[in-house]
Amino acid sequence: MAETKLDLLQGTLDLMVLQTLAAMGSLHGYGIARRIEQVSGDAVLLNQGTIYASLVRLQQRGWINARWGTSENNRKARFYSITRAGRKQLAADTAHWERLSGVIDRVLAMADEGGKQ
Amino acid sequence: MMDSLREALNRLRSFFNKRPLDRQLDEELASHLNLAIDENISHGLSPEEARRQALIRFGGVQQAREKQREARGLPWLDVLLQDLSYTFRTLRRDRGFTCIAILILALGIGANVAVFSVVNTILLRPLPFQNPQRLVRIVDLSGKSGESSMTYSVDAFDQLRAQNHSYEDVAGYFAFSTVDNMNLTGHGVPQPITGIMVTGNFFKTLGVQPMLGRLFTPDELLLNTRPVALLEYSFWKRQYGGDPNLVGKAIEIDKQPVTVIGVLPESFDFGAVFEPGTKVDVLTPAIEDQMRDWGNTLALIGRLKSGVTIQQAQNEADALFPKLHFSMRHPEWGPGDYKANVVVLKDYVSGKLRRSLIVLWSAVGVILLIVCVNLSNLLLARAASRSKEFAMRTALGAGRSRLARQLLTESLVLSLTGAMFGLGIAYAVVTYLVHQGSIALPLLSTVKVDGAALGWTLLIAMASAVLFGLAPGLRMSACNLQEALKDSGPGMSDGRKHERMRGALVISEVALACVLLTGAGLLLRSFLRVLDVDLGFTPDHAASIKLDYNAPKLADVGPVFQRILRYVDALPGVETAGIADSLPLSWNRSWGLQPKGQDWRGRNQGSYVYIVTPEYLHAIGLRLIEGRDIAWDDTADKQQVVILNQTVAREFWPGEDPIGRMVEVNGKDTRVIGVVDDVKQSGAEKKVGWQMYLPAMQQWPEGANLVVRTKLPTDALAGTLMKTLRSIDPGQPATEFKPIAMLVDHAVSPRKFFVLLVMIFAEFGLLLATLGIYGVISYSVTRQTQEIGIRMALGATQGRVLRGVIAKTMRLALIGIALGTGASVVVAKWIASLLFGTAPSDPITFTVVILIMGAVAFIAGYIPALRASCIDPMIALRTN
Repeated sequence: MAETKLDLLQGTLDLMVLQTLAAMGSLHGYGIARRIEQVSGDAVLLNQGTIYASLVRLQQRGWINARWGTSENNRKARFYSITRAGRKQLAADTAHWERLSGVIDRVLAMADEGGKQ
Repeated sequence: MMDSLREALNRLRSFFNKRPLDRQLDEELASHLNLAIDENISHGLSPEEARRQALIRFGGVQQAREKQREARGLPWLDVLLQDLSYTFRTLRRDRGFTCIAILILALGIGANVAVFSVVNTILLRPLPFQNPQRLVRIVDLSGKSGESSMTYSVDAFDQLRAQNHSYEDVAGYFAFSTVDNMNLTGHGVPQPITGIMVTGNFFKTLGVQPMLGRLFTPDELLLNTRPVALLEYSFWKRQYGGDPNLVGKAIEIDKQPVTVIGVLPESFDFGAVFEPGTKVDVLTPAIEDQMRDWGNTLALIGRLKSGVTIQQAQNEADALFPKLHFSMRHPEWGPGDYKANVVVLKDYVSGKLRRSLIVLWSAVGVILLIVCVNLSNLLLARAASRSKEFAMRTALGAGRSRLARQLLTESLVLSLTGAMFGLGIAYAVVTYLVHQGSIALPLLSTVKVDGAALGWTLLIAMASAVLFGLAPGLRMSACNLQEALKDSGPGMSDGRKHERMRGALVISEVALACVLLTGAGLLLRSFLRVLDVDLGFTPDHAASIKLDYNAPKLADVGPVFQRILRYVDALPGVETAGIADSLPLSWNRSWGLQPKGQDWRGRNQGSYVYIVTPEYLHAIGLRLIEGRDIAWDDTADKQQVVILNQTVAREFWPGEDPIGRMVEVNGKDTRVIGVVDDVKQSGAEKKVGWQMYLPAMQQWPEGANLVVRTKLPTDALAGTLMKTLRSIDPGQPATEFKPIAMLVDHAVSPRKFFVLLVMIFAEFGLLLATLGIYGVISYSVTRQTQEIGIRMALGATQGRVLRGVIAKTMRLALIGIALGTGASVVVAKWIASLLFGTAPSDPITFTVVILIMGAVAFIAGYIPALRASCIDPMIALRTN
């Protein structure tokens, strides 16, 4: 990994967590962190510990649930799953994110064309 | 919306569930690490390496914990609580400092809140009536002869109501009621009460509804109707224990059954608004047909129609009032020579006090400033000794803003605690003031520490916290970490800059105290001048009591009075006694008076009337200049006689002998038999008007005051006197036997009130300034112990050290005094209108203030100077 890792934009971690839970169902904190790392191809600079601030925030907003359970290798762990409100929020956030990235794409594409002329 | 509300609630819940949530988090983090280690081991790492990798991927455990706590709870509240608990710890450690700071603040804030409550009630808060801004007083302000020239006859009142276009309605009250003018009878000893007659529309015009019962009905305003009364709330509470069943029942007033038709609301206090310094108990309807021949008796209040300005009402009054007739039954008398000013009721009630109250308000403001300067100084000294602590905390990673917040928390805690005690002080002071019935200030009885006062307290507490917290805060931000951490023991002198700041604070403190003291001095001298005024009579060794007497015919009055006086004269200790219906400095009325056979129109101003018995002049201590006193045989069937005061006599017959000349009193031929000194009839600061004394045997007296001249203390005589009066007339009510000096006290009470308060504030300011000087000099001596030790070791004498410290003190003090005196000149001009017989530049006051300030500064500097001169160089050099 010669390239420097990406810093996460404010609020994007929440979105990633929600999406991960929506896709994977119930997961514990470690699982979520690993999943994000794997999906991003280890390109995201993520201190796994920071995920817990995100988790408690989402929980307090009522977008995810938590309960104690046992992992496949018999470790006690706290499992999170997305709620109905969380799915709604995820949809809204995704739409917002897509619009934003679409705008950014277009703006950057325009700058590209300008360079070609 | 719902989500953020849920989040706020959850955050709040988390804030109170720290422990279990932390435990849960710890378990979760441990399980996270275990899962990571398991996975790493399954990838073939050794257990140690697996653990190391897991920890690296996790990042800081402690940071993760902190971040999670921040995300779930209320971090700002956590910080605040930390600051608070730290503040309490440091303040508890510095107990002496804390106590003094809180005490000073409590006094300063207490004084401010108390004065604010008074100012708020008298000046700021609207009168407790409906739409009070549209209520006006209709009154002739140019009147030279007291109430009679400021009031209007019933006929004039009726014409005004019928002919005006400015008012929704005009109402009035009988302006000549005296304190204790009625007696509550039927239950043992008659009890004196105070009643006022008001016109039938009085309460409707003010917009006051009774709390219980109803207002007067039209048929209760007719002649010979069933008498009714409305009770004031406080009287109803005090006399009848707030009995709601009283309404509709009859009580006995002056041996006559009077039906109570209602109780007025608590907010309505007639005396507070219209007759400052008196407490009215009952309000009865003014029966107009009974009062038509009483002359000018109604004080008028109007409610302007909406859209009508004061100026429009005034224009109408200017045109209308000269046309009003004094009496409709005597159209041949023509218009009654009326004038009127239309004044907003609130301005009429409290306008005269505006300047005084603003002065008072400014004085407490200055006090608060001095308090802040003083505390600033104290905190600065503390900050200096705490600079190492702060440097240490900065070195450990505390941000500058965090430290500033810490300091601000400290000053806020101090000022809010001070404010709490201050509020207690203010409450006590206000409660005390409200019960000073004898202070003739309007609305005083309605003063209370209310919501506005609470808001004001909070505001000034915050403001002063910022103000006195600023100096140490500034110093803190200028503090150099390295320098502070180096061992700067108490032996080292402070930086020059620091010293200058403290010096500037002391100078401003002295200057402010100087201004306060000068203002107070000028007011005090004015007050002494007022007390020195020759009132024309001798209040000392005289006392009076309200009499009840029974005389069906005018011819009976003389013998009844003579009998009473004979008994009273015989009492041991009584020098002489007399009776008058009106005493100086109390209620007054005036009648027409002019020399017989002269056309005096235009110059006629009405003369104050006193209906008296022989020996009254002697009893009250009035000097008879010429002629004779009234005699018992000046009876109704003989020549009408009158005694005039000098002012009238000189005006009527300048340079000629008035004795034996004829005047017309209310149109009746009367012979002048004597001339007496002028009496200040309505106050030491007021001008003297025309005055005349008529025999009680020839004119119906309006009530009777027995005046006794005696060397005995009033209390010693009161018992036997009351027994004697009861033996003559069992109906004698339990009125109080009061020294005449109390009338004088009552008249000067507003001025006394202000002087007293300003004096207290000035002394407090002086004390604070003294403490300030002492603190600064003493502190600098402590800081310089080592330096002084060296100087003494090098040969400086004790005297030289002493002189040095005192010189430093006096330099600061003199700059402060010079600035303060300069400011005082300006302030003195500003309060010139409140002074009496004292020039704003009164040299004595200024000199005394400068001397006092100088002396106080000298003493405040002398004590630390003495300590400095006693420093033993050996010990001083060794202590470091």
